[in-house]
Amino acid sequence: MQDKEIQTLRSMIARRKRWDVIFAVVGLFSMLGGVVTLAALIAGMAMDGAPRISWDFFTSFPSRHADQAGILSAWVGTTLVMLVTAFTAVPLGVAAGIYLEEYAPKNWMTDLIEINVTNLAGVPSIVYGLLALGLFVYKLDLGQSIVAAGLTLAILILPVVIVSTREAIRAIPGTIREGAFALGATKWQTVAHHVLPYSTAGILTGVIIGMSRAIGETAPIITIGALTYIAFLPESPIKSEFPFISFEWLSSAFTVMPIQMFNWVSRPQEEFHVNAAAAGLVLIFMTLIMNAMAIFIRYHFRKRIKW
Amino acid sequence: MNESRMMKNFAAAAFLAASFAVPVLAHADALVKADGSSTVFPITEAVAEEFQATKRGAVKVTVGISGTGGGFKKFCRGEVDVANASRPIMAKEMEACRQAGIQYVELPVAYDALTVVVNPKNTWLKSLTVADLKKMWEPEAQRVVTKWNQVRPEWPDAPLNLFGPGVDSGTFDYFTEAVVGKAKASRGDFTASEDDNVLVQGVSTDKNALGYFGFAYYAENAKKLKVAPIDGGKGPVIPSEKTVIDGTYQPLARPIFIYVSAKSLDRPEVKDFVNFYLQNAAALSKEVGYIPLPAKAYTLAAEHLKSRKMGTVFGGEPSVGLKIEELLAREAKQ
Repeated sequence: MQDKEIQTLRSMIARRKRWDVIFAVVGLFSMLGGVVTLAALIAGMAMDGAPRISWDFFTSFPSRHADQAGILSAWVGTTLVMLVTAFTAVPLGVAAGIYLEEYAPKNWMTDLIEINVTNLAGVPSIVYGLLALGLFVYKLDLGQSIVAAGLTLAILILPVVIVSTREAIRAIPGTIREGAFALGATKWQTVAHHVLPYSTAGILTGVIIGMSRAIGETAPIITIGALTYIAFLPESPIKSEFPFISFEWLSSAFTVMPIQMFNWVSRPQEEFHVNAAAAGLVLIFMTLIMNAMAIFIRYHFRKRIKW
Repeated sequence: MNESRMMKNFAAAAFLAASFAVPVLAHADALVKADGSSTVFPITEAVAEEFQATKRGAVKVTVGISGTGGGFKKFCRGEVDVANASRPIMAKEMEACRQAGIQYVELPVAYDALTVVVNPKNTWLKSLTVADLKKMWEPEAQRVVTKWNQVRPEWPDAPLNLFGPGVDSGTFDYFTEAVVGKAKASRGDFTASEDDNVLVQGVSTDKNALGYFGFAYYAENAKKLKVAPIDGGKGPVIPSEKTVIDGTYQPLARPIFIYVSAKSLDRPEVKDFVNFYLQNAAALSKEVGYIPLPAKAYTLAAEHLKSRKMGTVFGGEPSVGLKIEELLAREAKQ
């Protein structure tokens, strides 16, 4: 009798262990499917594009001669647009997240806002492009400029930043806040001295995801009127005379990396396709550098937290 | 405290972001703006590159791609100086320009020969008449004409796989106009792509395929494709520089244009740019894979520019198979 029970138990355990193994194998293959495809795509692009990457490639403007064409206007444009996006989306998104999580009363209004913000994260980017065309380009008369593009991408990634800020803030134990209040801190002091610094790591993760999405966007940027051929750079932000800083570059016309890439891909000549692969490789590296910076800051903050 | 300092920086950055997001006046630089068709883009890009080189940076030129229709929209709002167009301006766009008080000079700059191609393994196709093409592409053929032998009985009983540009392209407009007789009238069950390289790929890997796109894409991929000679009534003709210029490759050779705003022409940099365009279009269009107009056409166009012959010679109607000299001699309408 007992032997039989033990045997049923053993077979049950064996069955469950079998499922464990099956799931591990399925999981492994799912992961490999994604990773191998991605690696193959990047490797293919690297093989096509890597030989084309040289100093000249970064310092030349686009040209009809594939071998003389470069990405100067594109990478400068992408960098500046990303700067505007980061400087707008991060403060706005973090502030909105803090307000919703720490200050806003919990009622149906905030619920409605919460649902909408989450939904906005899934709206196709072209919709933001159309909104921005009407609002920034025409209504606010910013024109087809770097600032218009940066703001467009900023509202595009705002939901991601807000949602991740809220998640990060929510993860902070309530006891920390109570401790601060007990010592007589105001709400703002609690947020500024404790909540925000402790949640920086989580917020930055959201910022990375948002910025990585923004850097590859083409549709909204084309909608607001980015150029395809531009052989000059925006005004330098640093001037030799007072006040040494100029914001004229914000109103400059521009192009970005994905547009330059797409233009080269759709050319009939094979040599341009090589340029496109090289530009794609550079774009990946730009994204990695951006993410590396965020990860560095995140690490820096995490190190300082001692609970 | 470290954190509060960071917060102050944060706030300062936010303030900075908000304060420079106010409209900044564009400063008056010598700038020529062109926008429009992706088909005309390579030529305008090449001209812009050379023009800026000769001007040594004194004049800046920008070129955008928003399609012929999108380009005209911006043009008629006065946002750009030059509209790149792979087809003549349409009645609706003429109206928009008229209402905005935008007058313009229409200048043909090169030819694009729409090229019909099949797979190199296709042994049966020797030539195509316009009637054959119509049978394949007209809207009534949808889901009906699906085999090669339905077009011509001597062709094999093999599936007919069609490839063509997307319905938003000027190439599609022109092809349907020339073949079916009505712009945009086409069957819908073909493989469409905005990227002509995808079409090249499709036709070169499918024995039963037939597709069409601009000549430059055929010229670059001549080894992977077989060109179909087109019989426009006077025997089969293969697209080439010679047959397009002498007018025998018809009706699939089309002129492509730039439109220049009269107001912009008052600015010396725009005038210089357009003149430079006409002087160099022959050489540069050839370099980027297009077919130049006959030399006389450029002289005529330059005269039109000088005398500011306003309006279009097409009157807002699509038309096919016209010789460029006839076009330039026509009376223009606004």
